[in-house]
Amino acid sequence: MPAPGSTVRKDIPAASGAKTAWWKQVLPPPRRLPLHAAVIALAVLWSVPTIALLVSSFREPAAISVSGWWNALTNPWQFTLSNYDTVLQNRGMGRAFLNTVILTVPSTVLVILVAALAAYAFAWMQFPARNVLFLFVVALLVVPLQMTLIPVLRLYTELRVDVELPLLGGSLFGVNSFAGMWLAHTAYGLPFAVFLLRNFFGSLPRDLFESAYLDGASDLQVFTRIVLPLAAPAIAALAIFQFLWVWNDLLVALVLLGDPALFPMTVQIQSLVSSFGQNYQVLTAAAFVSMAVPLLVFFLLQRYIVQGILAGAVKG
Amino acid sequence: MASVTFDHVTKRFDGVVAVDDLTLEIPDREFLVLVGPSGSGKSTALRLLAGLEEITEGDIYIGDRRVNNVAAKDRDIAMVFQSYALYPHMSVYDNMAFGLSLRKVPKEEIRSRVYEAAQILGIEELLDRKPRQLSGGQRQRVALGRAIVRHPAVFLFDEPLSNLDAKLRVQTRAEISKLHLRLGTTFIYVTHDQVEAMTMATRIAVMNYGALQQVGPPQELYDHPRNMFVAGFIGSPAMNFFDVRVTGEREALELDAGAFRVPVPPDRAPALAPYLGKQVVFGIRPENIHDRAFQPPDIRGAPVTATVEVTELMGNEIFLHLVTDGRPFLARVDPRTRAQPGQRMDVVFNLDRMHAFDPETELTITD
Repeated sequence: MPAPGSTVRKDIPAASGAKTAWWKQVLPPPRRLPLHAAVIALAVLWSVPTIALLVSSFREPAAISVSGWWNALTNPWQFTLSNYDTVLQNRGMGRAFLNTVILTVPSTVLVILVAALAAYAFAWMQFPARNVLFLFVVALLVVPLQMTLIPVLRLYTELRVDVELPLLGGSLFGVNSFAGMWLAHTAYGLPFAVFLLRNFFGSLPRDLFESAYLDGASDLQVFTRIVLPLAAPAIAALAIFQFLWVWNDLLVALVLLGDPALFPMTVQIQSLVSSFGQNYQVLTAAAFVSMAVPLLVFFLLQRYIVQGILAGAVKG
Repeated sequence: MASVTFDHVTKRFDGVVAVDDLTLEIPDREFLVLVGPSGSGKSTALRLLAGLEEITEGDIYIGDRRVNNVAAKDRDIAMVFQSYALYPHMSVYDNMAFGLSLRKVPKEEIRSRVYEAAQILGIEELLDRKPRQLSGGQRQRVALGRAIVRHPAVFLFDEPLSNLDAKLRVQTRAEISKLHLRLGTTFIYVTHDQVEAMTMATRIAVMNYGALQQVGPPQELYDHPRNMFVAGFIGSPAMNFFDVRVTGEREALELDAGAFRVPVPPDRAPALAPYLGKQVVFGIRPENIHDRAFQPPDIRGAPVTATVEVTELMGNEIFLHLVTDGRPFLARVDPRTRAQPGQRMDVVFNLDRMHAFDPETELTITD
């Protein structure tokens, strides 16, 4: 039962607002002022580098080398889009952007598909050695990705299928193939995904499943019609984690992709650094192109991230 | 519509016996209440029948069909859970329609069945809502509705009223009884609350430690409990027990509790005669103990003096917590009684309603 006071505040903010001075609404209670000040200070500090990067990316190359980024704030209207133009047109970032999308979307979808099915089985189906297998999957969380790079590379070299794909580009499988990258990213993402979803599914009340069985549902129907809709927040959170992870991945792409035509943005930007160490205005723009989509995804779905992280911790 | 038979059913979980050799026949259209304390195996028995647990030994029949190896969904039963187990993401209508649509019932038929059930339960205006927008009582109705639309042969209820407040519980109790009359189907209802059992059941089956203690109509269990457990469990407040010694002579037996001594009525004497000189357990219900000033005229009463510890006024009656020679007991007396805590008073045991139990076997002593 909420306290009577909290109900009033929730239900009729306009009415109570009319009676309270505006500054009381804006400012926190004095007791909490230091806390708020500290949080705001931290947030500003944390954002400065990113803001600097953003501002610089819109400045003239000449201006960047002469003065600091904050000068642009005191003397506005000197911004230009030329850095972005250069990056997207001439430095292969357009194709790299496309490559990143081609890598990220299937890698995310595959992980969710496989992990959701596996998590359902681990949480609600009876089979021998269920807990041992689950423990094994969770144990994979501690295996460093770097350890697997050479074995995977060797395996992919053995298994390569050198058939040029039409549309997408790259080989059919093995090194220099999108399919190989999807498989690798899916495998790297699965332990955490299975772990997260199993715990979420496990927190759903048993009565729901039993009720559905009595209603005549098969395991597959329980999965698609009860579990998936209820797990939407957890799945959304997982999708965001996996999406960001693959989008930002440099290492796996660097090792398994040798053909510059297949490079995702991370690898492309890294190659910009070596060849354009001097004029880093291009780098600022490239970084922002690469950050744009994750930022968008994050702001659109951040509600689910919090829900997903809390998933399982709070019931009902 | 169907009868249900448990034939020597045993369920063990990793060596722990949850249901012990349960044999019980439930005829068609009966309202059977399985009652017992927590851990008595009553819920497990229900889940075995529902097909949610596997039977270790024995057979269960629904009608003439042995259902041991029949999947839960094919047993033609519907179950109402204590938690209601409503699907949180579906509307009330979809919750009720879910089972039917899985069974490929035509849309029109589903519609008419859902509306019919909603009308019976008075929840027509809630059909578009989500479970979280409903009160506990409304959720409980939706759970009932979900069972009704299926037109099952047997309804199972697993403590469906436990999550409701006291007032709503009384109201819903009556509604479930009405529903039973209206649907004319077999109801099997699990509860730990003996009041629910007494008020709703055609027959009550009392369970303890996984074993069936006694089955019978409520009044029979109340008047003639088979053993001390049933005697103590059925009836509220519970029956008082005293350890007594059978003394006197064959023609005039007495029960000696130390603090008091009561004569054995002649019709009970033959049964108690073999216990002459031995210990037995004397049982008497609180309502069969009267304030001497207001004792009914035609009972065979035995006076006992006791000290009042606490009085609980109920309006229509008073519960007296009494103690005699260090043994506490409870009496349910006339509201005109003016007993005060600390005061000594004379009460009368109605020996027409006395019970006697063998202290070894805990079984009722009868001839």
